[in-house]
Amino acid sequence: MNMLQDNNWLLSVGTFLPLVGVVVLLLMPKAQDSAIKNVALLTSIATLIVGVYTAFKFDYGQAEKLQFVADVNWISVIKSSYLIGLDGISLPLYLLSMIITLLVVIYSLDHVPSPGKPKSFFALLLVLQTGMAGTFIAQDLILFFVFFELVLLPMFFLIGVWGGEQRQYASIKFFLYTMFGSALMLVAFLALFFKTGAESFSIPFLIENGAGIAKTTQIWIFAGMFVGFAVKVPMFPFHTWLPDAHTQAPTQGSVILAAILLKLGTYGFVRIALPTLPDAAREWAPYIGGLAVIGIIYGALGCLAQSDMKRLIAFSSVAHMGFVMLGISTLTSFGVNAAMFGMVAHGLITGMLFFIAGSVKERYHTLEIAKLGGMLTAMPRLGWIFGFCAMASLGLPGLAGFWGEFPAILSAYNPAEGLNESTFRVFMVIAALGTVLAAAYLLWMFQRVAFGTAKTTSSHSSHDDLHDVTTHEWIAWTPLLIGILVLGVLPNLLFSVLEPAVQITLKAFGG
Amino acid sequence: MQHLQIIAAQWVAPKIDYFALAPEIVVVVGLCAVLLLDLFIDQRKQWLLTIVSSFTLLAAMLPVLMLGLSETSVRSMFDGRYVVDDFSLVIKGLFLLAGYVVVLLSSSHVEQGEYWRGEYWFLLLTSLLGMLMMASSRDLVSIFVALEFLSIPAYMLAAWRKRDAKSNEAGVKYFLLGVFASAVMLYGMSLMYGVANSTLLVDIAKTLTTTGDFAAVHALAVVFVIVGFAFKVSAVPFHTWAPDTYEGAPTPVTAFLSVASKAAGFVALVVLIYTAFPASQDVWQPFIWVLSALTMTVGNVLALKQHNIVRMIAYSSISQGGFVLMPLAVAGMAGSENSALRSVVLYMIVYAATNLGVFAVILAVSAKTRSGEISSFGGLFSYAPSLGVLMTLFLASLAGIPPLGGWIAKFVAFQSLLQSQSNWGYALAIIGAVNSVVAFGYYGNVMREIWMRPPPDGDVTPIVAPGSLRLALTLTSALTLVFGILPSVGLRFADLAEIAGAITR
Repeated sequence: MNMLQDNNWLLSVGTFLPLVGVVVLLLMPKAQDSAIKNVALLTSIATLIVGVYTAFKFDYGQAEKLQFVADVNWISVIKSSYLIGLDGISLPLYLLSMIITLLVVIYSLDHVPSPGKPKSFFALLLVLQTGMAGTFIAQDLILFFVFFELVLLPMFFLIGVWGGEQRQYASIKFFLYTMFGSALMLVAFLALFFKTGAESFSIPFLIENGAGIAKTTQIWIFAGMFVGFAVKVPMFPFHTWLPDAHTQAPTQGSVILAAILLKLGTYGFVRIALPTLPDAAREWAPYIGGLAVIGIIYGALGCLAQSDMKRLIAFSSVAHMGFVMLGISTLTSFGVNAAMFGMVAHGLITGMLFFIAGSVKERYHTLEIAKLGGMLTAMPRLGWIFGFCAMASLGLPGLAGFWGEFPAILSAYNPAEGLNESTFRVFMVIAALGTVLAAAYLLWMFQRVAFGTAKTTSSHSSHDDLHDVTTHEWIAWTPLLIGILVLGVLPNLLFSVLEPAVQITLKAFGG
Repeated sequence: MQHLQIIAAQWVAPKIDYFALAPEIVVVVGLCAVLLLDLFIDQRKQWLLTIVSSFTLLAAMLPVLMLGLSETSVRSMFDGRYVVDDFSLVIKGLFLLAGYVVVLLSSSHVEQGEYWRGEYWFLLLTSLLGMLMMASSRDLVSIFVALEFLSIPAYMLAAWRKRDAKSNEAGVKYFLLGVFASAVMLYGMSLMYGVANSTLLVDIAKTLTTTGDFAAVHALAVVFVIVGFAFKVSAVPFHTWAPDTYEGAPTPVTAFLSVASKAAGFVALVVLIYTAFPASQDVWQPFIWVLSALTMTVGNVLALKQHNIVRMIAYSSISQGGFVLMPLAVAGMAGSENSALRSVVLYMIVYAATNLGVFAVILAVSAKTRSGEISSFGGLFSYAPSLGVLMTLFLASLAGIPPLGGWIAKFVAFQSLLQSQSNWGYALAIIGAVNSVVAFGYYGNVMREIWMRPPPDGDVTPIVAPGSLRLALTLTSALTLVFGILPSVGLRFADLAEIAGAITR
C-alpha cells in the first residue's frame, strides 16, 4: 500500500497537544478556576487548529492512501512500531473528535458538573481527546490497543465522579464490559500476529497477509475482535452498559460517549476486522447483520418504554448504531460508506441531543418526560433546536441523519458476493420498520416535552430559572447544528472523502 | 589422618573473581558496618543506620552496572556453580533497587516504634544478600543456602513488632510453612542428587529424563522442588501463609516480602527450569500450567472479598504471581523459550516498581488514617490529590491498563503463550484474559473509594508524606510510566538471550 510521508509530524502534534495542556493544568494551583478553564480552552482550540490544518493539507485526490505517515521504532522486541497515518476513513472521525472536545470544553466553561473540581475535570477531558484521536490515526495494532484503552480510565472517572446518583455502579459496569471486550480483542490481535508469520503488527501489513490464514482460524480470531468491538459499539446483546453509562454520565461525558467513543467500535470493524480477515467477515456477516437489526428494533422498543429523556436518547443510540452495523455487515462499499456517514451523523445529532438533555436537566432539575412540557412556549429557541435535532435523528431527508440511515437500509438489498440475498432483504424490511418506530419515539418525546403548557413540579414550585439558550450554549451548539444541516444538504462533502478509502478497504470483497 | 592430608595436598584453592563478587562483598561490608555501628552509637543517632543501609545498596549497584558494561559477558566460578551473567546482573539490579525503595519505605516507619532499628537494617541487608546469591547460584547446594539466607531474616522481620500479636502470628506462620517447604524441596533435591550423582544443575540436566528406570523418581524430584518454590512465590494451593503474614508484618516488610522475596522464588524457579529440567518438560509444564491457572483465579476471587487493603494487596500479589508463572507453562515448547524468559523477567521488574508504589501510598495514607480498611481511602482525592492520582496509576498498572507498565508485562506474557501455538497456551491465555478483567473489580473498588466516596470521618487535613516516601513514590511512579509508554526500556533489560550454562535443546 502506498503511503505519503509529507508533514508526518502533524498527526503526532495534533494527538499529543492535549497532553501538553494536561501537564500545564497539573502544575497550576487548584484555586485558579478561570485560568484553568482558559488553559483547557486554549489547548482544545490549538488542537483543533492543528486538526483543521491537517484537513487542509490532506490530499483529497488520494484519499485512499495513508497520508502524513510516520513510522518510528517503538517496541522493536515485539515488532510493534509507532506507525500512524490518516486516510479518508479516519480523517472525518479524527476531526470530529477534536471538534466535539472543543465544543464540550466551551460548554463546560459555565457548566462544570457537581462536585466541581474543574482542574481534574478538564485534565481528564484532554486525556480523553488524546486517546480518541490516537485511536483514529494508529496504524499498528498495539498502538491502536493502547489508545483504545487510554480512553477507559478518564471516562470511568468522568462518569464515576461527576455523574448522577447511580454513578458508581454505572462507571464500574462500563469499565468491566469494555475491559472484558478488549482483553479478548488483544488475544485476537496476538493470534493474528502469529498466524501471519509473527512479522509485524502494522495494519497495512496484516491486511495484505491476513487473507492467507485458514478459514476456521480466521473465524476464531474474528470472534475475539468481534467481542471487543461489539461491546464498544454497542451491539445487542452487549449493549446493557450503555443506558446506565449514558444516563449517569454528566452531560459532557454523554456527549463524548455518544459522539466519539461508540465510533471506536465501528471504526475498529471497518479498519481492522473486515480487511484483515475477509473470509471470516463473510461468515460472520449474516450474524452481525442479524444482531444489528435486533438492535434496531430492540433499541426502538426500549425507547418507547422509557420515561426518562436521557435514557430514551441512550436507547436511540443502540438503534442508530444498529443501522451503522447493518451497513457494515453488507460488506459492500455502498453499505460501509453509509455506515461511516452514519457514524459522523450520529455523532453530531446524538451529541447535540445529549447537550439539550443536559440543559433541560439544568433548567427543570428533572428529565422525567412526564414532568416536562411546554418547552416551546417557555423557551422557544431551545424548543426549536430540540425539534430540529429530533427530526435529524429520525432521518428526515435534508438533514444529516438521513444519509446514514437510508443508504444503510438500501445497501442490505444487495449485499456483497457470497452473502445470502434473501437473508439481507429480510434485514432490510425489519430495519425499515425500525425507522417507523424511530419516528414514533422521537416525535412522541418531542410532543410531550415541547408542546402543551409548562407544568409545575412539586419539588420546585416554579421553573423560575427557565432561561432560554445562553451564549456559551449557542457557541457550543451552532457548529453542530450547521454540520447537521450542511451534511444533510451536501452529503457528497463527506462521501467523496470516504469513498476511495472504503473502496480500497473492501477490495477483498469485490467492491 | 594421612588420607585427609593427601586430600588437602590435592586441594587447589578455587580462583575467585573478586570483581564478579563485588556487589555481594559491598553488601557484606555494609551489613557488618550496620551491626557494629548499632553497638557503638547513641540511641538518638540511629538515623545514621538508615543512611548506611541505603548507601550500601546504592554502592552495590555500582559494580552491578560496571559488570553489566564490561566486555566479559559471562563470569563463571567454582566450576559453574556460581555464575555472573546478564540474567543474574539484571536480577541483582532489580533486588538492589527494590531493596533501596524498601529502605525508603521503612525509614519513617521504623523510627516510630520503640523497636530495634539496628537489627531491622541488619536483617534486611542479610536477606538481600541471600537474594543476590540466589541470582547467581547454579548448584543445588548454593541455591538452598541462598534460599535459607534470604528466608530466615525474613521470618524474623515479619515478627519484628514483637509486642504485637498479629506480627508474631505473621512470623510464626511464615516460619513454619517456610521450613516445611524447605523440607519438601530438600527431599526433592536429595532425590535429584541420588540419580545424577552431582549437585551441579547442568549435570542434573544431562541425567534427568522422563524415560528409563528412574523416570518416576525424576518426576517426583522435579515436582517436590517446584512445590518448595511454589510456597515461596505463594502459588495456590501453597499460598495460605501469605495473607496472614502480609497483614501482620510491618507494612514495609510486607512490601519487601511481596516484591523482593517473591521475585527470589521466581528467579530460582526460572534457573531450575532452564538449566536443570530442560528434558523433563512433560513433568513441569502441566504442573506449572495448573499452578498458574489456579493461582491467578483463586487469588483474584479471594481478593474481591477483602476489606483490608493489605490483605487485598496480598491476594492481588498472589494473583499477579499466577501471571508471572503463566509463560513458564509453555517455556519448554519450541519458540516460546526466549519469550517466556523475557516475560518472567519483565513482569518481575514492572511488578516490583508498581507494587512498591502501592505500598508507599498505603504507608503514607495509613500514617494519617491509622486504619487498614479499604474504606479509609475514601475521598483521598479530595484532600490528597497527588496521592490519589498516584494510587490510581499504580492500581491501573497492576490491572494492566495501557499506557502504564503493567500492560506491557501482561502483553508479553500473553505473547509468549500464544507463540507456543499450542492449545495449552491458548487456553491459559483465555483464562489469563478473563482474570485480568476480574482483577479490575477490586482495583476499581479502591479507585472508587479514592475518587467517588467521601472521607470516612470527614477528616480532610492534607497528608504530608515524609521526604523518603516522596522519593520512593517519585521513583516507582516514574518507572511505572516509563515502562508503559516506552516499553523498549524495560524490554531492553528483559530481553536476555539465555541463562548462561543452560543447555540449549
